[in-house]
This record gives sequence, structure tokens and C-alpha cells, in this order.
Amino acid sequence: MIQPIEGGAGQTPARAKTRDKTMTQTKAETAQAHYRPGFTLSEAAFRKILYLAGISVLVLLIAIFLSLLIASLPSIKALGISFLTGRTWDPVTLKFGALPFLVGTLITSFLALLISTFFSIPISIFLGYYYREGKASSFVKTVIELLAGIPSVIYGFWGLFFFVPIIRFIETALGVPPYGVGILASSLILAIMIIPYSASLGREVISLVPNDLKEAALSLGATRFEVIRKVILPYARSGIFAGILLSLGRALGETMAVTMLIGNSNFLPTSIFSPANTMASVIANEFTEATGAVYLSSLIELALLLFVVTTIINIIGKIIIIKTSFEA
Amino acid sequence: MKNLVVCLMAAVVLLAIASTGIAKEQELIGAGATFPYPLYSKMFDVYSKEYGVKVNYQSIGSGGGIRQLINKTVDFGGSDAVMSAEDLKTAQAPVLHVPTVAGAVVVTYNIAGSPEIKLTPDVVADIFLGTIKKWSDPRILSANTGTKLPDMAITVIHRSDGSGTTNIFADYLCKVSKEWKDKVGLGTSLNWPTGLGGKGNPGVAGLVQQTPGSIGYVELIYALQNKMPYAGIKNKKGNWIKPSIASTSKAANIALPDNMMVSLTDTDAADGYPVSGFTWILMYTEQRYGDRTEEKAQEVVKLVWWMAHQGQKYAEPMEYAPLSKAAVEKAEKLIKSVTYGGKQIMK
Repeated sequence: MIQPIEGGAGQTPARAKTRDKTMTQTKAETAQAHYRPGFTLSEAAFRKILYLAGISVLVLLIAIFLSLLIASLPSIKALGISFLTGRTWDPVTLKFGALPFLVGTLITSFLALLISTFFSIPISIFLGYYYREGKASSFVKTVIELLAGIPSVIYGFWGLFFFVPIIRFIETALGVPPYGVGILASSLILAIMIIPYSASLGREVISLVPNDLKEAALSLGATRFEVIRKVILPYARSGIFAGILLSLGRALGETMAVTMLIGNSNFLPTSIFSPANTMASVIANEFTEATGAVYLSSLIELALLLFVVTTIINIIGKIIIIKTSFEA
Repeated sequence: MKNLVVCLMAAVVLLAIASTGIAKEQELIGAGATFPYPLYSKMFDVYSKEYGVKVNYQSIGSGGGIRQLINKTVDFGGSDAVMSAEDLKTAQAPVLHVPTVAGAVVVTYNIAGSPEIKLTPDVVADIFLGTIKKWSDPRILSANTGTKLPDMAITVIHRSDGSGTTNIFADYLCKVSKEWKDKVGLGTSLNWPTGLGGKGNPGVAGLVQQTPGSIGYVELIYALQNKMPYAGIKNKKGNWIKPSIASTSKAANIALPDNMMVSLTDTDAADGYPVSGFTWILMYTEQRYGDRTEEKAQEVVKLVWWMAHQGQKYAEPMEYAPLSKAAVEKAEKLIKSVTYGGKQIMK
């Protein structure tokens, strides 16, 4: 592990000097570099720190994955594939099927994503193109960033007292059981919670679209809407998508607000009004009182599943970002 | 100069001695049930002022308390449920269950006007099983003649988190309904056949208060403090009992076993509220394990003894049901059976 770091550190002065055409021999370069110890030392040390930081994230990720995997071995052995396909979660008879939670997590997250996109993309365009500067713009920007700073328990409470009665009213009118809480309530609150993530990144990339391009389009007689459609969105789409992906990650793992609004029912949801449950919510709910090896390890396997699902979605997202990026 | 050095060294030595003296102040660590936590913090606060022994109790839930005791990371555990046979086996050494107070679980509901209602055991079970679906069900009406109940669907609200409260409630339902025992069973987390889940007592209470026609269960203390309506339940002797601190204490007026690992649900006590239960302090009978000192073992025993005696007077003002005289006597015997290296600690 140390070898590549030192090799890398050695390259710094060499690379820096490639522009300097008077020096040609690598050995001479490094020798020359050693005459300025202050400069090279700090350069090398800084590089080492960066390598260390990069590697430590990787090590951390692998360590989390491995510890989850090891701790969930008892339940993997005991339950096998039925953990993924089973619909019953019964701590009494030790039958653990995570399908309802997997479905609940995916439905709430993607529904939230769908709802939030309707708001976050227009907000990005508004702040990134129409009102890039000025007091009003920075005020709106601050408010959106503030949304990200509100603790999720407050979102949960607010949802419980604001959304739930409205949804219950709609449910009564539609003739479905008037629970109020359920998939719709939690998706709506999740949507609000994740808007800041996609909107901030979207605004950033839209404001980075080169002015030459926009002005060229305008000078050819394009309207503002056409500029957005034909220049800005194609240019910024991979960045906008990256923001959406970031917010999806947040939605998948959100626990507290969802626990308060989803109804915590361990059945497969039948409609968007049904109460359901998510993986994060089940773990948070049941971990403290879980006794017995298989039960505890099933909850950890649920965490592992959430980890894997998040990773897969991120990888798919990265592929889409690469495929849609402007340069490609 | 030399004198100064000598003086300094002497000061250091003195300081070291003094600090070991301070370090001798014992600290006991406990973890477990959340239900008795408010009472325990009051008790431990008084105890540390009286005896200079700090007690650090973390309310992480009964399951967590049992886990920590098995891992031997705490001096004692707290639990609302008797340890399962599996847990007792993994603990490898005998674990004592010393009761400290009793609590009750009440059935709360949201009906317009909050009329007082009465429920028979089989009706409670069938509502939570989802077989009784409406408040106007004849079986509910027959026990509540004269009370106006709406023709409304019942929404069951249960705990979503694992809880000793659920365990006591399920224990009761297992005893009064064979169908419940076969279909759902007993545990801190259950596979609920119907309804919505709320996190903690506040979660259940919040959902009940928001959902018209709902029914749920919370701890008696919680219902009392938040002025929620709760149902009277017919006990085993056929008497209608309104849950209260007194009727909870009375549920323990039965022949108690020596190990006190006893459920207080559906007891034969004529005036007892049937959905009651003890909360226990869990500790190893043999205190010599790991690198525990005899001193520490003595401190734990002293503390638990105090909780079962002097500590009891703090229970009722905080709306916990104190131990009955018979229960205290049994607890005394249990505490006296604790040993250190085979030697009895308290005589």
C-alpha cells in the first residue's frame, strides 16, 4: 500500500517539470527537486494525505459491507433465498421475508423521486438561467438549502399533522379505508425532503452552461424556451441526473419521517393509499428489542440488502450519467 | 532547587493517591427496558446522593438489556419480559429476575365523545385479530348496553417497534384466545394480522388520536399522563376492572413462584387488572465472572435490595404500581441467593 503512494509522490515534481523544457532527464529532475526541500516535502506530504483519504473511504466501504455480510451469515444460512421472496415477517415463528419491505422502499423512493423532479428541474432552470443573480434569487437559493437542513423528525411531524388529514379526506371521498398514513403520505414528504439535493446540483450545472452557446442560440432567433430545450437541458442533463441520483440515495435511506408516515404494516402494498413499510424503517423499529441470533441477523441482512440495492441503483445511475453526458 | 523537585514529587505522589481514592467511587452500569426508565432515574438519583454510588442506566429496550447482560458489558439488565429459554441458554450462567415494580397495558380508543367502554377478553382478541371489524358489532354492543357506539370501521393501531408493552399485551391475548396463540403468538415484535403501526407509546397515541374509530394499546402511565380514554376489561374471575395503579398491584395477589419469573396477565386475583406485568432487574446469580471485584458485586446487590425496599416509595407518585408485600418477600429471597465465588453476598 505504501509503495504506490511513494511512487505517486515521486511523480509530482517530474510532472510539474515536463513543461520546463530545459530539463529532460528524469533523474536530474528529482535531484533538482531535492534542492528545494520545503516545496517538495509539502507537496509529497499533501499527496500522501490525499491518497490516504481516498483509500480510507474505500476501506471504510468494504469494511461496512464485510461486517454486514458476516453478521448476516446466520440468517442467510437459516433462510436462504426465502429472505428475498418471502412475504411474511414473523419474529415469533422466525420466518423472515423481506419482499414487502423491499417493494415498500422502492415504491416510496421512486414515487418521491417522480414528484420531486416536477419541482426540482423547474427550480434549477429558474435559478440557473432566469434569475441567476440578485437578492430574490439568493433568497430562494437559501430557502431551498434550508429545506435540506430541517431534521427529518420535523418533516415527519409536519406530515402527520398536515398531509395525513388531507389524504384521509381524499381517501374518505374515494371510499378507500381512511388510514391517512401510507405510501402516498410518505412519498409526498420524501419528495419535499429530497428537492434541495437535486435542485442545488441542477442549478449549479445549468448556470455552468457556456454563455457562448446560449448567446449563439439566441442570435439564431431561438426563444428562451427553445434555448432551454435545445441547448441548456442537453448540455446539463448528465449533471441534472447526477443530482436526481443523489436525492434518490437520500430517499432510499430515509428512516424517521418515513416511519412516522408509512403506517408500518408488513403487508405487500396494494395501492398508493396502502400502509406499507420500508427496510430502513423496520431496522430502526425492531433492532432495539430483537433477541435471538436469527432475528438479529435477519435485521442485519435487511441492512445488507438496503446497502446492495443502493449500490446497484447508483451503478445504474452512473452508467446513465456517462451515456447521457454531453461529451459522449 | 532540589527542595522544589522533592516538593513537586511529593505533590505528584499525593495527587496519585488522592485520585485512586476518587477512582474508588463505584459506578454501576445498567441497560434495558424503557418502561421503568423514569422511575429508575429518580431512584438512582436519590441513591447516588445517599450512598455515593453512581448508577448509569441506559434505556435501550428490554431486548438490548438482555443482549448486554449476556455479553457481560453491564452490571445488571432491565427487562419487561422474562428471558426466553434460548437467551437463558446463551447466557450460560443462571440469571436472576428481581421484580422492581409492576405496570399495566391499557386499551385506548378514538370514538366521538370518548364514551367509557367495556370489553370482554374474547372481544379484545378478535378486534386485534381483525375478525371484529365494526364498532357496532353485536358482541361489543352486548357488553356496553346504554352506550352509543357508532357504525364505524375499527382501525387497529399497534406498536411498530419491538416492545415489552407488546409482549405483555400479546401474553394476555395468548391466554384468552386460542386463535391468537395459534395465529400470532407471543413476542416483543409480532406479525400483526391487521392495522397500522406507530413507533413507541407516543406513536400509537398519535395515530389513535388522529384516526377516528381506531383502537390501540399503550402503557397505563402514558394513558394517565395524557388523559386518554381506556377500556375496562373483564378479568378471569368475571369482574369488570378499570385499569389503575391499585388494580395493577392487585393483579400480583396470587401464589408467586420463588424465581418470580411469572406473568401477571389474566391472573386469578379477583380485583386485579388482567393486562399487568412486572418489570425486572436481571443479574447473574454468581457475580464472580470476568474481572469483577467482590466490591462491585456487593454494590449491585445493595442497590437492588434498596430498590425493592426504600426505593418503592417513589413508585406510586410516578404512577407505577409498587410491589405487594408478598412480592417484596420473594424478591428478598432472590437477592439473598446472589453469590460471589460461591459465597453468599447478603445475609
